[in-house]
Amino acid sequence: MKKSFFTLMYLLLMALTEPVHAALEVFACEPEWAALTKELAANKVNIYTATNALQDPHFVEARPSLIAKARRAQLVVCTGAELELAWLPLILRESGNVNATLGKPGYFEASTYVHMLETPARLDRALGDLHALGNPHIHLDAHNFFPIAKALAARLVELDPANTAFYLSRLQAFTQGWQTAITRWEKQAAPLKGQPYVAQHQAYSYMNAWLGLKQVAVLEPKPGMEPSVSHLSQVIVQLQQSPAKMVVRSAYQNPKPSKWIAERAHIPEVILPFSVGATESSKDLFGLFDDTIARLLAGMTSN
Amino acid sequence: MAIYSGSLKQAMLCVALSMPLNVYAASDEDLRDIREQIKQLKESYERRITQLEQRLQQAEASRQAEATIVQAQPPAQQPNRSAASSVSAYNPATSLILTGTYENLKQNPDVPITGFAMAPNNHGYTKGFSLQETELSLIANIDPQFRGEAKLALSPDNGLGVENAYVQTTTLGDGFNLMFGRFFSHLGYLNEVHAHAWDFVDQPLVYRTFWNNQLSEDGMQLRWLAPTDTFIELGAEIGRGLSYPGTNRQKNGLGSSVLFAHVGSDVGDSSSWLAGISLHQTKRENAQSDAVPDLLGTAGGVSNLFNGNSKTAGVDFVWKYAPNGNIRLTNFKLQGEYFQRRENGTLTYNLTTPDSYSVAQSGWYLQGVHQFRPRWRAGLRYDRLNSGIAQVGFLNVPNIISNYGYTPTRTTIMFDYSPSEFSRMRMQLAQDNSRQGLADTQFFMQYIMSLGAHGVHKF
Repeated sequence: MKKSFFTLMYLLLMALTEPVHAALEVFACEPEWAALTKELAANKVNIYTATNALQDPHFVEARPSLIAKARRAQLVVCTGAELELAWLPLILRESGNVNATLGKPGYFEASTYVHMLETPARLDRALGDLHALGNPHIHLDAHNFFPIAKALAARLVELDPANTAFYLSRLQAFTQGWQTAITRWEKQAAPLKGQPYVAQHQAYSYMNAWLGLKQVAVLEPKPGMEPSVSHLSQVIVQLQQSPAKMVVRSAYQNPKPSKWIAERAHIPEVILPFSVGATESSKDLFGLFDDTIARLLAGMTSN
Repeated sequence: MAIYSGSLKQAMLCVALSMPLNVYAASDEDLRDIREQIKQLKESYERRITQLEQRLQQAEASRQAEATIVQAQPPAQQPNRSAASSVSAYNPATSLILTGTYENLKQNPDVPITGFAMAPNNHGYTKGFSLQETELSLIANIDPQFRGEAKLALSPDNGLGVENAYVQTTTLGDGFNLMFGRFFSHLGYLNEVHAHAWDFVDQPLVYRTFWNNQLSEDGMQLRWLAPTDTFIELGAEIGRGLSYPGTNRQKNGLGSSVLFAHVGSDVGDSSSWLAGISLHQTKRENAQSDAVPDLLGTAGGVSNLFNGNSKTAGVDFVWKYAPNGNIRLTNFKLQGEYFQRRENGTLTYNLTTPDSYSVAQSGWYLQGVHQFRPRWRAGLRYDRLNSGIAQVGFLNVPNIISNYGYTPTRTTIMFDYSPSEFSRMRMQLAQDNSRQGLADTQFFMQYIMSLGAHGVHKF
């Protein structure tokens, strides 16, 4: 009785919800991967983005809506490296989706394709909430998008071979456009090289490695810990000895600590979009980097 | 440095030994050669020492910048594959929860809630300082088909209990999840939440009296998630009736069953909600309650025995709000649950006089918790129970209290501070009017610390 009820309900719901066109269902954990998928797959996929750029990707709850969306996902595109440790595995488990789990073609972790920075030599919570596999904020080095885009396109081809030519041509177009853009960004960002700045969270290591900015202090006393007044005071003392040009935070972060530092150290506060969609001009991946570099340059020259 | 000083010593020794022998015989040319060699040696060591000094400076600088993190060398092997160096690499994710309280109660907490003397009163309070349950949790995938999870509760009086020990399937697909073993029932919202994740020190009164804090089951659970954009989950559980109101019978077949449905969604970026209904039923056999007050006013109460059916229906609702959905900064959670239980059967008064007995009891709570700034939260909870009016068989009319005419209530405020995701300190104040004539002001201080594996962020 119970079984036939379930079967009936199932068939009914399947009939109601079966999509007419068989576009690939993509579940992107962060907006940057949704944007990259869009660059590579355009309208061949339906993309759902689990978080927006104004949310801290570490602190996401396994909301019912996310579980429901993950249920139908054929491809999950996430950062990996334990960034989504506290919510993605739970969502995938609860969703009863078997196509998009670890080890399946439908499970894509961008961090697998880049060289990780800051892999901790030892893991101890006394040192903060470290990620064992390294700093997961890999997307602010534009060069990282080459291997990730290539791997993601290969994954799209594997899951949707009918559109192989389409994905490959999109990959080529993206790679070319991206190369041109990188040349432009590197030229624009040349004055940033060696410029000292203060970061609120250890989120810009890949950007530092790429553009040569010099991060002289972090406002979080330990990764993932809220900045405390005592630590901020230490930072102020440090900045008196070796001044910084600006204090940088991501749009989703608590504005108080960086404002506090900006006022006392008399340096501008620069708010970076961090991901696609946080600001007016960061509508896509190109806009994200255009805006990021423009904001850093503005911050550097404003004092 | 030892290597450099060693070879430096050797070189010096060579020079020193060769010099006295050759000093007189040495020609100008030889002298030049020797001087040249010494000069080269000197330069070489100076260069090395400068290099060393530079490296030292660099090391210190990077340590200052980030004391905890070493700049990774570009990995030689495939990135992100940590070396599975030993058998321990397959060890389950382990975590340990440490909790303790300081409590200040004016009244004896063991006095049962008025009208609920036949329900559990497992309040968990201890006056003064006390260690609370220590929870050890082990979680891992068993193989590609199964996942296992065990939560062992080490009680402060040296007992070890199996709180949860279950296996989940991971490959059924199509939205199906099967679970078997011992688990917290999925009914309601709060039932499956472990004590360390509660927003208050204690459970709502309705959970204490209706589910002995949490309904635990030995059995199976099947859940199915609909392939819709709205979260729709249907589920069923069958089990032996392990915990109250089940009576843990030694019997083939089913001891209890649960049906539940949950629906949830987001409203914009900032709000999300989850609502559910649940049904529970079990057959109670020889359920004995002691110290139950009666109409005769027997000192210390009497012992009654109940045999019959217990059916419970519940509704639950949770609404969460965080600006832009960014829960780290500020968020607000409103939750409420209502349960109604109907019991129907035979009550044996004082273990001697059996006659029919039926009663419908209900209870609800409503609570709000506000994280008003990162790390700081405040909460308010209101509890209310209704003991109902019992239909008592003729023989027991003069014995059993059918209507207590009292509404147990409690109001609780809570304030907590979480230095990190892994630690929390809480202060709680409750005005407890759950026992007639025993109004109590209860004060609690609590710590909850979590060691080991990072917990999940459940909704």
